[in-house]
Amino acid sequence: MDALVARYASPQDSFYDDDEQSILDTRPSHDHAFALPPIAQPSAFLRAVTDDHKNPECPIKLAHGTTTLAFRFQGGIVVATDSRATAGNWIASQTVKKVIEINDKMLGTMAGGAADCQFWLNYLGMECRLHELRHKRRITVAAASKILANIVYSYKGMGLSMGTMIAGVTAQEGPALYYVDSDGTRLQGDLFCVGSGQTFAYGVLDREYRYDLTTEEALALGSRSILAATHRDAYSGGSINLYHVKEEGWVKHGFTDTHPVFWKTKQEKGEFSNVTVDF
Amino acid sequence: MEVLLGITGKDFTLIAASKAAMRGVTILKATDDKTKTLNSHTMMAYSGESGDTVQFAEYIQANVQLYGMRNNSNWQLSPSAVASLIRHELARSLRSRNPYHVNLLVGGFDVTENKPHLYWLDYLAAQASLPYAAHGYAQYYCLSILDKHHHPDIDLEKGIELLKMCRDELINRLPIDFKGLLVKVITADGIREIEL
Repeated sequence: MDALVARYASPQDSFYDDDEQSILDTRPSHDHAFALPPIAQPSAFLRAVTDDHKNPECPIKLAHGTTTLAFRFQGGIVVATDSRATAGNWIASQTVKKVIEINDKMLGTMAGGAADCQFWLNYLGMECRLHELRHKRRITVAAASKILANIVYSYKGMGLSMGTMIAGVTAQEGPALYYVDSDGTRLQGDLFCVGSGQTFAYGVLDREYRYDLTTEEALALGSRSILAATHRDAYSGGSINLYHVKEEGWVKHGFTDTHPVFWKTKQEKGEFSNVTVDF
Repeated sequence: MEVLLGITGKDFTLIAASKAAMRGVTILKATDDKTKTLNSHTMMAYSGESGDTVQFAEYIQANVQLYGMRNNSNWQLSPSAVASLIRHELARSLRSRNPYHVNLLVGGFDVTENKPHLYWLDYLAAQASLPYAAHGYAQYYCLSILDKHHHPDIDLEKGIELLKMCRDELINRLPIDFKGLLVKVITADGIREIEL
């Protein structure tokens, strides 16, 4: 229809020529023409073939279950995740990278459908680079998160499943953190936990969080919060993936197996007294 | 359990919205702003389906501001015109493939006729001009309070007092903490935020 209208409409007088207009046109063109199932309600179809709670024999099992967290503090932003991927009751992987490096200054986290998160955060990385080339300056976290929010909103009700946080430090905003999910919510904030283990992570994090935490304290708190979630949430586990986002860019602080960390925490600090063992 | 409240008086309109942004069993943000300024003397508060709310509110805000710019900023839409525009957009959306699920209160002060205005709109595109209004569970507690204590000629001080009565009742009886109210007042001078 649009093509028809365009063919018969007179060309619009534009103040800018095509090249200039393309530079000014900042709207991401996510015209992928994805093949959709030939049915009226794609989301209903997806629910029918993926709902493994009521229907364990469903043909498609989505990777779900996660704990991710990020919080702003005096020294930047700490981003931490677990690394388990589950499909129903099956642990599909213990070594998933749930922190997605959008570029060398911005990170995204992954909760919900693994494919959805990986694809769209990767796509966001491309849009951010294009923004950089077009405008000769780095994109703000506010703008980047809004690109993602607008994309997922355009697919609302079609079965996308993602809960993500975008973290970055820019000259204009300082350290900035945004929460974006697949129903189109976009929130700016100081602290977010996302995933099936979010409540356990919030529990530990909220109690000891302060904005003036030192970098060591902040990294330890992020890591301990993920440990808490991996201990109580069956769908979280594997390793603790820890990042620190600073003005100069992000720094990775290891991909640490939770098993030794758990026993070290228990022995050295006497925590997890619920777990009793005779050595 | 989002709370939206609106009260008009002699020379003002008060709009209040809860500050909690919830998803499932988690409060994601305790300082959320569910209001948008549309022009110098009109604003709205919104609740409903997450995603839809902000997306619809920004669309309305952009179009009301565009109207202002096209008319050289000398002529802004009146509150009643804004409410009609929003109702029209909701009615159009309702008959589309994916309608916006957004409930609103539109508050304003008409500077030409020197009168406060409050409009109640829901996602089914029903519109009503009311002296006081609420959306969601707040209706069950607050409308009876306002039925008893509200008069059309109250001053701002009394309006704030009424809002405090409503807030206290909600804190007492609502089972979920809504993290308090963000309150804005529209008078002949424009829109400003006030601490309750």
